[in-house]
Amino acid sequence: MNLDLDDRERAFRDEARAWLAEHVPASPLPNMDTAEGFEAHREWEAVLAAGRWSVVSWPAAYLGRDASLLEWVLFEEEYYRAGGPARVAQNGISLLAPILFEYGTPEQRERYLRPMADGTEIWAQAWSEPEAGSDLAALRATAARDEARGGWVLNGQKTWSSRAAFAHRGFGLFRSDPSARRHKGLTYFLFPLDAEGVTVRPIPKLDGHPGFAEIFFEDVFVPDADVLGAPGDGWRVAMSTAGNERGLSLRAPGRFCAAADRLLTLWKERGAGSAALGERVADAWIAAQAYRLYTFATLARIERGESVGADGSVNKIFWSELDVRLHETALALLGAEAELRGAGAPCDGAWMDGYLFALSGPIYAGTNEIQRNIVAERVLGLPRGDR
Amino acid sequence: MRFALSDERRGFARSLDDLLGDAGVPAASRRWADGDSGPGLEIWRRLAEMGVSALRVPEAHGGLGAEPADVVVAFEALGRHLVPGPYIESVVLAPPLLASAGGGPSLDDLAAGTAIVTAAAPPMAPLALDAHVAHAVLVLDGSGLSAAERGEARTSVDRSRRLFEARPAGAPARLDPAVAAGALDAAVLACSAQLLGAGERALATAVEYAGSRRQFGRVIGEYQAVKHALADVRVALDFARPLVYGAAVSLGEGSPDAGRDVSAAKAATSEAAHLAARTALQTHGAIGYTEEYDLGLWITKIRALATAWGTPAFHRARVLAAVTAATG
Repeated sequence: MNLDLDDRERAFRDEARAWLAEHVPASPLPNMDTAEGFEAHREWEAVLAAGRWSVVSWPAAYLGRDASLLEWVLFEEEYYRAGGPARVAQNGISLLAPILFEYGTPEQRERYLRPMADGTEIWAQAWSEPEAGSDLAALRATAARDEARGGWVLNGQKTWSSRAAFAHRGFGLFRSDPSARRHKGLTYFLFPLDAEGVTVRPIPKLDGHPGFAEIFFEDVFVPDADVLGAPGDGWRVAMSTAGNERGLSLRAPGRFCAAADRLLTLWKERGAGSAALGERVADAWIAAQAYRLYTFATLARIERGESVGADGSVNKIFWSELDVRLHETALALLGAEAELRGAGAPCDGAWMDGYLFALSGPIYAGTNEIQRNIVAERVLGLPRGDR
Repeated sequence: MRFALSDERRGFARSLDDLLGDAGVPAASRRWADGDSGPGLEIWRRLAEMGVSALRVPEAHGGLGAEPADVVVAFEALGRHLVPGPYIESVVLAPPLLASAGGGPSLDDLAAGTAIVTAAAPPMAPLALDAHVAHAVLVLDGSGLSAAERGEARTSVDRSRRLFEARPAGAPARLDPAVAAGALDAAVLACSAQLLGAGERALATAVEYAGSRRQFGRVIGEYQAVKHALADVRVALDFARPLVYGAAVSLGEGSPDAGRDVSAAKAATSEAAHLAARTALQTHGAIGYTEEYDLGLWITKIRALATAWGTPAFHRARVLAAVTAATG
C-alpha cells in the first residue's frame, strides 16, 4: 500500500533518503559494545547531528527538525533501508529526552539535550537492581537528603545497565523516602558515571561484549540541580519513560521492514526448494508488514488525540517476538553456517549478531510476561488477582 | 496513510451489530445446519434492507458501489455474529462478474437481496456454498464464467456450511482477467474480515467466561497462564486487523500490490482466528467442547473459513512470489 504523503512529508523523506545515501558508512561499524565500536558509533552520531538527522522529532533549538510522528517514522524507514548503524545514543534520545522535555528544568534542557543529540555525552539507564528487574516498585538503592550541600547522597547497586560500560552519564530511580510504600518515595536522578563513589563493573553479554554493567554507589553526591521532576515523584516520571520505551518510540517499523527485505534476498540466494522455509519467510514478511500498518493506524489514533496506553504492551510483545522470528528464519536459511560470526561468516555474521540482540527484546523494557499481564488486565479487563 | 475508520463506517458497523445481536443468529445457524433455511433467509432479508446485499452492485442497478473497506466492515460483523449463507459469493464475488459478463439474475435483484447467487472458484473455492438456497450457481475458472448445475452435496466441519459440487453447463463466458482477479481478491478479503470478526467473538466469549468461572476459589481469569494465553490472542488479532484494512485500501485503489496484500490478510487472519478458537476452547474446558454450547459454532466456522478461499499455504506462497519478484 502506498502512503498518502503530502508535499512536505515527501520532501522530508526524499531529503533524508538522499542524505543517508551519501553518508551511511559503506562498511558496518565495529560492535558498539566494544571500546573501539563505541567511539565509532559516537562519531557517527556526530555526523548525523551535523546533518540534523540525529533527533528529527526534537525542536530545532536542540538540533532537531520539529518533525511530526509520521515524519519520524518515515525517517526511520529510510534509515534502516539505507543500512544505518545501530544508535549508541538511543537510551538518552528515546528514554531520557522525552522526560527532559516534559519534566526537566530549562537549565537541565540546556545542559543535557545538545550533547545528547550530537553524541558528546552518551547516557546509560540505571533502573534495574539485583532484586528488582521489571518490578521497579521494589527498588532499594537509596537517596538520603544532604541539606548542607543542597542535594542527595546515593547508595546501593544498579544492574543490567545497557551501555554503562562506556557511557558518560546515567539516569535512574532511588528510594528517597524509606517510610513510603513501594511506588511512593522514589526520586529520579541524573549523575555522571565517573563521579566519586561510583564504580562501574561491565558485564559481558551472550555475545561476549560488555553490553551492560553493574553500577555501585557509595555516598555519591548529586546536587538538587540533577533531580528530574519533583523529589518523591520518580515513579510517575519513570512510568512516562516506560510508556515511551514500550510503545511507539523505541521501535519504528523501518527496522523490521528492512530486515524482512534482507531476509527475502537471503531466501532467493539460499532458500529455493524448501516450501516449509518459504512459508516462514512469507510469514516474517507478512508480520513486518502488519507491524508497519499497525504503526500507521497508531499514528492516526494519536493524530485524533487518542492515547495509546496499554496498547503499547500489545505492541512490545509483537515487535520483540517478530524480531526473534525474523532472525531465526534467516538462521534456518543459513543452515550449518548459521552459527558462524565475524569475518568469513555469511553476511559477516550479521544475522547471528542480530539474533543475539533480538533475544533480549522479550526481556528488556519490562519482560513480555509483565506485558501480557498488562494486556490481560488493562486491555481485556481480566481481574488482577493475587498473582 | 491516514488509516482510520470513518464515522460513517463505524455507524454502519454499529447498526449491523445491533441488528445481528438481536436476530438470534446462533439459533438460525443451527436451523440452517438442520436444513431449515427459513430463519437464516429472514436475516438475509433484514441485512439486505440495511444495504449489505447492495454493497458491490453499481449504483445504476440500485446498488451502493461501496468501497472494499465497507465490505470489510460488513463481513467482520457477519463473522462476529456467525451469520450463515453464501454472502461472500452473492454479495462480493457475483456482482462484478455478472456486471461484466452478463447472464444470471439481474443486478437489481442482487442489490435488493431478492436473488441469491453462489459460486465455485477453483482452486481457492472448489465447492459452491449453500447452493440449496441460491437462485443461480456460477463457476469461475480462470477468467471463464459459467452457469452451473448443483451437484452432489458434501459435508463441512461447520454444519451450517452446506457445500455442493458445481457442474458447468455450457461454454464459459470470457471475462476481463482483471475483473475476475479483482472479484476473487475481494472474496478473499471478505473471508479474511469474517475470520477477524469470528476470532474477535471467540476471544470476547473466552474473556467473559474467564472472568466468571471459578476454580480453586478464584475466577480462572486471575491465573497468569490463562491471562497470557488470552493476551496472545489479543496481540494476534490486533496485528491481523491492519493487514485486512491495508488490503482493503490496496484493493480500493486498484494497487498492483492488491493480490499480495489480500493474501497477507488471509494468511494472518486464518492464523489469528485459529489461535482465538483454540484458546477460547481451552479457556472454557469441556463445556466449550459440547454441541449445545454456542462456542463450538465459532470454532468449527473458523476451522472451515481458515481454508476457504485459499489455504494459508496457498496465500503465503502468493505473498512470497510477489515480494521476491519485487525485491528484484
